[in-house]
Amino acid sequence: MSQTTYHRALEIMRDVCIGCSHCMKVCPTEALRVTGGKAHIHVDWCIDCGECYRVCPTRAIRVMDDDFKQIYEYKHRLLLVPSVFFAQFDNKVSRETVCSIIGELGFTEISTVEQSVDTLIREENDYLKNCVKPSISSFCPAVVRLIQVRFPSLLDHIMKLIPPIEITAQYFKRKYAEEGIPESDLGIFYLTPCIGKIAAVKSPVGGYESPITGVINMDYFYNKVYLAFKQHIPLTSQVKVSRELSSKGVLFPVTGGESVHIEGKTLAIDGMNNVIDFLEMLENEEVEGFDFLELRACDQSCAGGILCHRNRFLAAESMREYASSISDTHSLVPEYLKHCSAVIHMDEIEPRSMIKYDRDIDVALKKMEGAKKLRMLFPGIDCGACGAPSCEALAEDIVKDQADITSCIFLRTLFEKRGEITLEEAVRIMEKIWGKDRFNKDL
Amino acid sequence: MLTEYNVEGGDFTRAGYASSQIKKTLKNLNISPEIIKRVVVALYEAEVNIVAHAFKGVISADISNSGIKLVLEDEGPGIPDIDMAMTKGYSTASSRVREMGFGAGMGLPNIKDNADRFNIVSRVGEGTRVTIEIDFAG
Repeated sequence: MSQTTYHRALEIMRDVCIGCSHCMKVCPTEALRVTGGKAHIHVDWCIDCGECYRVCPTRAIRVMDDDFKQIYEYKHRLLLVPSVFFAQFDNKVSRETVCSIIGELGFTEISTVEQSVDTLIREENDYLKNCVKPSISSFCPAVVRLIQVRFPSLLDHIMKLIPPIEITAQYFKRKYAEEGIPESDLGIFYLTPCIGKIAAVKSPVGGYESPITGVINMDYFYNKVYLAFKQHIPLTSQVKVSRELSSKGVLFPVTGGESVHIEGKTLAIDGMNNVIDFLEMLENEEVEGFDFLELRACDQSCAGGILCHRNRFLAAESMREYASSISDTHSLVPEYLKHCSAVIHMDEIEPRSMIKYDRDIDVALKKMEGAKKLRMLFPGIDCGACGAPSCEALAEDIVKDQADITSCIFLRTLFEKRGEITLEEAVRIMEKIWGKDRFNKDL
Repeated sequence: MLTEYNVEGGDFTRAGYASSQIKKTLKNLNISPEIIKRVVVALYEAEVNIVAHAFKGVISADISNSGIKLVLEDEGPGIPDIDMAMTKGYSTASSRVREMGFGAGMGLPNIKDNADRFNIVSRVGEGTRVTIEIDFAG
């Protein structure tokens, strides 16, 4: 598989992978294949959406988060907590308790990620006065990457504003600097509900550099917090909590929580397939008249984040309930407004070319024609027994010399029927794709 | 590479299939997004014209290393006055349809604007043949 310059947010652990191909079937860019009984990622095609992680039955997909212990390298350890984290707990675990436990686990200050949302909404409405319509929210990193890879013609529709997490991080970076604390003493950590955000922080788009020191996996951290709660660990550490948050902030990460504040004609769409369908239409200029699109890769947006464990509908409901109990603004909004316009803008987002056949158009055309012919021979069932997600994908792999025509179980059966390949050869092919172990069983 | 697509008159739910397929092909060939957009916009418009006005038609797409040639041939009523049909804003749609936001004209001129070479031949009572050529370079 080819080299890449993009940060990889996930990795398959070969010793844990059982080559079940569930991941291969759900990948929206068809970036996964099974060979030798293990799944492999085509890294240039991966958009870090984490759909594979969601379906993996053996947890063989590792999130490339940062080691928790590294927080102790810093004297001041700030954790930016997304509001969806508090919604992972039912009412028995209060926000205050969660904050105290986070302090006990080693952080010196806590703020919610969405503290910057009120300001961002203002900037978005400002931005919309003069931009390509419809403007697409830059909030969901999986959507941004999807557009880079599959819809490069729509890149200029993406709002060139950084997401809330980065604005909040910038705010705290400046605040600590003003207090005279050396930069090397401050560690800004982000507790992430999704894999896409890890990649977004590590290799941001639009010529931006993130002040975030490390990213903590929410799935991992939830267990740590809940274990501490269950074991009633003594809460003795002092942690500073920056409590400023509005109902707008709490609801921003759920579906419709952004578009509802945007002036003009807007639409909120969640779920990877729904987003893809809509982007296809948008690219064909079949949709007109919209000013703003809130597109989120996960069903129920961040409440259904890859690293969220709680039922997405219950989590979203918790967030709504909490939002209805607090004010729609907070006291830090003026201060955010004053400073954030300096950092909020980003540059053009570059396309990420997904070379399907070849860079050379003559070669590509030839290969494509070959793939077209092959597809006529395949059954069109997309069974995946060849180790590719679809008949189309197998045809592409074959013309690129990455698979053989006998990988198709239907054609292979035909060749066997004709006596053109032996049973031993057929077994060997199957073992090559799915691994030897699968065909050594005591029945 | 030559591909053909059949288009049924009146079948709006399937309209756009050929444009989607050709878009996918061009993306897989790494054709620049700007060129793809022109192809898709022109083709979609022409495809919908067949669905809306003709009985049936065939779209043939010939892709070479230098560009794409699209021929849309339909069996239909034909266009009595092509010059009139090529006028921006001209529409045969009734005022009621236009009030609904459809049939505002611009169909054929928009196709022509997106094409590097454009040709239209029509026989009343027989059908129309639209040829759209778009170059990949520049």
